[in-house]
Amino acid sequence: MTGFTVNSDRVQWIGILFSIAYIAVLLVLIHRKKIKEEYSLLWLFSGVVFLIISIWSQVLFFFSFLIGIAYPPAALFLIMILAVISILIHYSMVISKMSDQIKILVQEQGLLRMELDRLRMGSDYSEKTGKSLKEKKRPAAG
Amino acid sequence: MKKLAIIPAYNEEKVINSVINEIFTFDESIDILIVNDASTDRTGEAAAESGHATVINLPCNLGIGGAVQTGFKYAAKYGYDIAFQYDGDGQHVAEEITKLMLPLERHEAEVVIGSRFCQKHNGYRSTLARRIGIKIFKIVNSLLVRQWICDNTSGFRAYNKRAIHFLAKNYPGDYPEPEAIILLGRNGFRMVEVFTRMRERTEGDSSITAFRAMYYMVKVLLAIFMCALRPRLEEE
Repeated sequence: MTGFTVNSDRVQWIGILFSIAYIAVLLVLIHRKKIKEEYSLLWLFSGVVFLIISIWSQVLFFFSFLIGIAYPPAALFLIMILAVISILIHYSMVISKMSDQIKILVQEQGLLRMELDRLRMGSDYSEKTGKSLKEKKRPAAG
Repeated sequence: MKKLAIIPAYNEEKVINSVINEIFTFDESIDILIVNDASTDRTGEAAAESGHATVINLPCNLGIGGAVQTGFKYAAKYGYDIAFQYDGDGQHVAEEITKLMLPLERHEAEVVIGSRFCQKHNGYRSTLARRIGIKIFKIVNSLLVRQWICDNTSGFRAYNKRAIHFLAKNYPGDYPEPEAIILLGRNGFRMVEVFTRMRERTEGDSSITAFRAMYYMVKVLLAIFMCALRPRLEEE
């Protein structure tokens, strides 16, 4: 081992095992349809990155050298934080899209419900009150 | 000419009836649409009992923007020529609708904004924080749409058919009024502002409390700048 090595073998094995377990859990969840494929890609990608770094730690050293981080484990934290941030931003996008879709559904439901009530009123109103519908003012449709 | 008053209402059961009756007495030819934004009180029932209004009860609370947009969708679907946006809390005066209608009928504008501030001594008072906020919107919006708009937060507006169809598709969510002006201005709608009298609110709270003022300012300013940076939206 050269002087570059910061991690002992034990840490490396633990890293590999955890990365594999992490990917396996994700795959199981996707398989059971607990996570949709499109929402798991970023998680899976980060799992693969962690696995590569665990197996071949020189990648991490090279990366920290590239961006000028003196202490390679700090680069590892940076990578993890970036992975989490990108996943969270992705979630904000998904939530925004969903809230837009929900808004449209709520509006559409409100409109349809009103039209349904209007149709029902048309057929029930005269029975209940003995008056014709024309006596009750309502906006003309169409 | 088919005219519709769109009235978003959230927990206004005490005043909604007088709002409906005021418009109905003013002009029977204006159809009245109450969009009940999932009120927790009896707003929907009270509005239906008046017999003069169509009521849409939204199944969950969308905020004022989503509620008003429901009204535009209704107006677009049923072929209305003019739509008024009118508050459900009783602060707008039905007779002032005439002033909003005039520029539309003369084809001088596609969007008319009923303003509280175009003249002084109009009987409208508000808090300092609110006045400062209104001033900021006035400057920012006026620069961005290259037109002097005094009252960007007014919810008393009239739209022609083209504007109705545009807004049915594109309307901002919460605190939509200042943003809607940018949206319309940037998409080439001719707007005019007319002075209208308004009342002090009688019942219910403003959608903007002091506590949320900061959030409101930052959120709306961000939305306004983003809206200004976007390209013109496609119309059908």
